[in-house]
Amino acid sequence: MEAAGAAPQRVLLRQVLGWRVAAAVAWSVLLLPVCTAAFVVLSGLDPFHPLRWISIVPSIPCSRLALIGKIFHPQQVIHSVVHAVMGMLVAWCAAVMTKGKFQFLAVPCMPSESLDDAVPQMCLNEYHLFFLLCGAFMGYSYSLLYLINNMNYLPFPIIQQYKYLRFRRSLPLLVKHSCVESLYFVRNFCATYYFFGYIPKMWISTTMDLHPDSKLHPLDTLTGLLDLSLFYHAWLCGVFLLITWYIAWSLFRIYATETHHFPIQPTFAEETDQCLPKILNSNPPLIIKFLALQDLMLLSQYSPIRRQEVFSLSQPGGHPHNWTAISRECLSLLSDLTQRLMAQQEAAAANGRAKQPAGELKVAPQTPGGVVTEDVSFQSQRSNILPRASMSSLVKSSVMHLKASPGSDVGSPFSSPALNCKTGMLDVNSPWHGSVQSPHLRRGGPKLWTLGSELQMNGSHHESFPMLSAARTGSKVVQPSFVYTWLQNKQEQIKNFLSKRALIMYFFSKHPEASIQAIFSDAQMHIWALEGLSHLVAASFTEDHFGVVQTALPAILNTLLTLQEVVDRHFKLPHVSSKPPRISGSLVDTSYKTLRFALRASLKTALYRITTVFGEHLNAVQVSAEHKKRLQQFLEYKE
Amino acid sequence: MCSLALFPPPPPPGDITLYEFNNALVCGRTSELPLPFQNQVAELPVPTLPRETLKAPGRLEPSARPAFIHHREALWKRCLSAWRDVGLCGLLAEVAAAEDEGPQWLNATSQFLLALCRWLSSLHGSFFPHLSLSTEDMIATFSQAVDWAGCTIRAFAWHPHTSKFAAALLDDSIRVYNSSSVTVPSLKHRLQRNVAAVAWKPLCASILAVACQSCVLLWHLDPTSLSTRPSSGCAQVLSYPGHSPVTSLAWAPGGQLLLSASPADTAMLVWDVSTESCVQLPWFGGGGVTYLSWSPDGSKVLAATPSAVFRVWEAQTWTCERWPTITGRCQTGCWSPDGSRLLFSVLGESVIYSLSFSEPRGEMQGQVGGSKTASVVADLSETTFETLYGEERIGGEIHSMAWDPTGERLAVIVRGQRDAPGSQTVVAVFRTRNSPVFELLPWYVRSLRVDTHVGFGVILGGFMPRSPGARWRRRCHPALPLWPFYPKTGCVLAVSSVTRLEALCSARPQTSSCHRK
Repeated sequence: MEAAGAAPQRVLLRQVLGWRVAAAVAWSVLLLPVCTAAFVVLSGLDPFHPLRWISIVPSIPCSRLALIGKIFHPQQVIHSVVHAVMGMLVAWCAAVMTKGKFQFLAVPCMPSESLDDAVPQMCLNEYHLFFLLCGAFMGYSYSLLYLINNMNYLPFPIIQQYKYLRFRRSLPLLVKHSCVESLYFVRNFCATYYFFGYIPKMWISTTMDLHPDSKLHPLDTLTGLLDLSLFYHAWLCGVFLLITWYIAWSLFRIYATETHHFPIQPTFAEETDQCLPKILNSNPPLIIKFLALQDLMLLSQYSPIRRQEVFSLSQPGGHPHNWTAISRECLSLLSDLTQRLMAQQEAAAANGRAKQPAGELKVAPQTPGGVVTEDVSFQSQRSNILPRASMSSLVKSSVMHLKASPGSDVGSPFSSPALNCKTGMLDVNSPWHGSVQSPHLRRGGPKLWTLGSELQMNGSHHESFPMLSAARTGSKVVQPSFVYTWLQNKQEQIKNFLSKRALIMYFFSKHPEASIQAIFSDAQMHIWALEGLSHLVAASFTEDHFGVVQTALPAILNTLLTLQEVVDRHFKLPHVSSKPPRISGSLVDTSYKTLRFALRASLKTALYRITTVFGEHLNAVQVSAEHKKRLQQFLEYKE
Repeated sequence: MCSLALFPPPPPPGDITLYEFNNALVCGRTSELPLPFQNQVAELPVPTLPRETLKAPGRLEPSARPAFIHHREALWKRCLSAWRDVGLCGLLAEVAAAEDEGPQWLNATSQFLLALCRWLSSLHGSFFPHLSLSTEDMIATFSQAVDWAGCTIRAFAWHPHTSKFAAALLDDSIRVYNSSSVTVPSLKHRLQRNVAAVAWKPLCASILAVACQSCVLLWHLDPTSLSTRPSSGCAQVLSYPGHSPVTSLAWAPGGQLLLSASPADTAMLVWDVSTESCVQLPWFGGGGVTYLSWSPDGSKVLAATPSAVFRVWEAQTWTCERWPTITGRCQTGCWSPDGSRLLFSVLGESVIYSLSFSEPRGEMQGQVGGSKTASVVADLSETTFETLYGEERIGGEIHSMAWDPTGERLAVIVRGQRDAPGSQTVVAVFRTRNSPVFELLPWYVRSLRVDTHVGFGVILGGFMPRSPGARWRRRCHPALPLWPFYPKTGCVLAVSSVTRLEALCSARPQTSSCHRK
C-alpha cells in the first residue's frame, strides 16, 4: 500500500518539482550573462583607488552621443548616486539644524474634518520632504556638472605659488560661484517639484502610512512654492553643500598640482627609481609623469645646480646618462605629437579616408567637392615622398587651376599624375590652403568629422602609433579582401543614410572644436617638454663643460622644426580657429580648450630661445636644407 | 657719490649728439659728420612726426547720445539703461533725479544711498588720492613720459632682439619702424586709446603688447608682411574687470608671461597670453601698481605703488618684499643685467638709490634676498654750469631711467623744476660697472631743449639691444678695420615732443668685430 502510494507521489513530485528545478536552472543560466556583465562592470571600477578617478588629461566627448554615453557610464552613475545621497544627508542635517517647521518628516496633526473629537495622528511634513529631495537633486546636479565641465581635470597653474595663497585667491570666486549655482539649482528643483513632486509625496505617505496635512498648502502648487522662507532655506542649504564640495575639490586640486622635487642623481642606491631620468623613461602613472616634466621645466629654468647634474657624466664610464635619458624622452614625446598631428591632418584633408589603402579605387556617392577632397588624400600620402621645395613654384598654378574649374575632373583619380601631384602639394604646404580648400571641404558637410572618429583616441597617444603604422604600411600592402571592401561599402552606405536624418545627426555629429581639443588634450606635457628642453639647450651654451648637449642638437632642432611645420599646417586647416576663445573668469577651469595655442606659442619661443643663444653657430649644425632655411628665418627674426 | 657738478659741461644749444669717439660723445650739426663715420653711424630711421597732423582723437564724448534727438522715456526704461551703462550708481542717480515720477520713498531711499555711495568713494579717495583722478590724468601722472599729455610720442619700445622699434603717438596710433624695410605699419584699434606703454615680447619676432586705457592689446605683426595698416583682427584683447587704466607692462625675459598693472587695481595680473588666462597677484597695501620692471635675468620684478611704498616680487613662487620710502612714491627703477642691483628714484627727491640683492644660489624658494636699506649713489640736484653761451641751470627730479643691457651705461631723464622758468629737462648718461664693485661715473649730460609752445614732453626710449639679430652692423665699413668707434652697442633714445626722435649714440669703444668676420 505504501509502495503503491509512493509511486504516484514520486510521479507527482517529479512533475511538480521537475519543472521547478528546470525553470530555476534555466533562469540561472539566463541570468548568468547579466551577473557576469555586472561583475565586469563593477570590477572595472576601483573605488579604493580614488586617484584613478581624477585625470590629468581631460576627456572631451566629441559628439553629443558620447556625452550622453558618459552620463550613463557606471562610474558616473555611482558618482551621481553617491552625491545625491550625500546631498540628501546634508539637507537632512540642515533641516534638523534649522529646526522650526523643517525638522521632522512626520508631525502630529489634527484631521481637519472632525475638530472636536480629535485623535492626533501622524502627518507628512512636506517641507522636510522637499528639503531632502532638494538636497538629492543638488547632489545629482553637481555630479552632472562635474562631468560636463570636466571638473576631474587637473589644470596646472601658470605660476607656482604657495598653497595658502592659491587657496585664498580662489575663495571669493568659489563663494560667488556656489551662491549663483545654488540659486539655479533651487530654481530648477522647484520646477521639477512642481511637475513631479506628487510622486515621491504619494509614495512616502503610502509606505509610511502618513496622512497629508490639510492645513498646509501642498507644495507642488504655485502658491505652495512661493514660500520665501522655504526658498531661502533651500538656497542656503545648497550654498553650504556646494561650498563644502568646492572647497574639498579646490584643495585637492591645489595639493595634487603642487610641484614635486625629483632628484637628478640618486644619493643612495634605493633612490634610483625615484630619479627624474628614470621616471621619465619608465611608464609611470600620468600624474607622476606630469609632475616629472613640470619639475624638469622648473629646474631647467631656475636651478643652475641641478642643471649641472643633468649635464654631468657618469662616474665610471663617463657617459651622459642623465642628459641622454631626459632628451630622449622629451624628443619622443614631441615626435609622438608630430605623428599624431600628421595623422589627424591626413584624416581631415582626406575626409576621413586616409586610412584606406591607396591602391583601392573606390568612388563613393558624394558631391563633387567631396571627390576633390577625397583625392587630395591619395596625394597627400604620396606627397610625403615628394621633394617639397622643388614643387613650390607649381603651387600657384595649381591654385589658379582649381579656382578656374572647381567642378571639373581635377580630382578624379584618373586624371594626369602631374596634376595630382599639384593638388597634393597644395594640400601639404601651401599658404592658400584655407582659402582654396575650405569651400570644398565645407561642402562635404558633417562628414568631415564623423568619419575621423577613430582618430580621436581621447588623448591616449599610445594608440596612435600602431594605427599610424597601419596607415603607413597599408599603402604598401596588396589588395584587401573582398569581404572587407564589401563591409566598408556597407558601412559607408549606412552612414550616408543615417547622416541624412537630422535627429541622428544631432547626436552623432562631431563638434570640430571638440575633436581638436581632444587631440591637444595632453599638450601640457609637450609644452613642459619643450620648455625644459629649450632651457637646457640654451643653458648648455655656457654651462655644459663636456659638450654633451651638442651631440643631440641636430636631433633636437630637427624635431622642433618638424613639429613647428606640422603645427603651422594644423592651424591652416579650414575648421581650425586661429584665435583662442574668450575664457570667462569662472571657477571652472577651461584651460584645456586653449592648450593648442599655448603649445604653438611655446614651440616658437623654444626655437627662438635656442637660436638667440646659439646665433650664427647654428650654421655649423647638421640639418636638412629645408630646416636650414627655416632656421635662418628664426635667426633673422622673421618667423 | 656722483653729482651733476662732476659732469662735463653740456654741449651748445642746437647741437645734436653724433657719435662716440675716444670714450666721449661728440656733438655737432648733422652736416659735420666726417665722411668715414657716415657709413658707421647706426642707420636709424628718423621719423618726422609733425604735430599738426597728429590730431588728438576727437572722441571726447564716449557715446553717440548727442547725435540723437533727446527723448524722455519711462522711468524704468531709463533705470534699465543707466544700470547697463553706468552701473549701480547710475541707477541710483537716475531714480534720485526723477522726483515726480516714482514713489516718494523710493526717491528718498535712492538719494540716501547715493549720498552714502559718494561718501564712501570720497573716503576711499582720501586714503588713495590718485583714485579720484580722471583716467587720462591718472595715466599722465604715472606714465614714464615727461608730460605724457603733451608728448607726440607717448610710449616707445625697442625690439629686444632685432632692429625695430614701436612708437605710440598722440593720435592713439602706433608706428613700427624696421631697419630692413621701408614699410611703416600703423596700428589702430577701436580699444587702443591713451596708450601708456608698449612692450615687445622677448623671444618672439612679432608680438607687441600695448597698455591701453581699458585693456591690454596684443598685436601679432607678421614680420614679412608688407601691409601698412594691419587689421584689428591681428590684435588680441586682454581685459579683466576692474583692471584699467593699464599704465605699465612687463614681459618675462623668457617670454612666457606678461605682467600688467593699473594704478586703480590693487592686483597686478600675470597673463599667459597664448591662452588669455590670467592670475591675479593681489596686495592691498598701496592702492594700486603704477610701474613694473622685470629684471633682465628674470628672477625679480619691481612693482611701484602710488603710495610711499614699493615691492619687489620674486618671480618663481611670487612672494614679495616691501620697502617703504620716506618722502614719496617710487617713480621709476631699473635693474642691472644680472638682476643683483636695483636703482630707483623717489618722487620729490633728486637722488638715485641703489638696492642690492643677494646672488641667487640654487633654488631660492620664496626669497627675494634684498639688503636692509637702500643707499644713495647719485645726487642730481640743481647745478649751474658756466658755458660760452651763458649760464645753464640743470637738475631736478628723476623721471625715468634705463640701464644698458650690457650694464655699462645708465641713462636718466632729469625733469626740471615745474614752476622755475629757467630749468629744463635734461638727459644724463653715466658710465657704470656692476662687478666687482658698483661704480657710477659721470659721463655726459645735455639738455633736451624743447619748444615751450608745443609742450615739453620727453620720453626715454631705452637702449637699443645688442644681439645677433640686430642688423645695424651691416653698415660697418671694411676699409676701417681697427677704428675704435663702432656704434653697435646701442643708443639712448630721448624723444622730444618737437617732432624729432633723437638718438644719442653711446657706443662702447672696442675694436671692430667686422674685421674679424
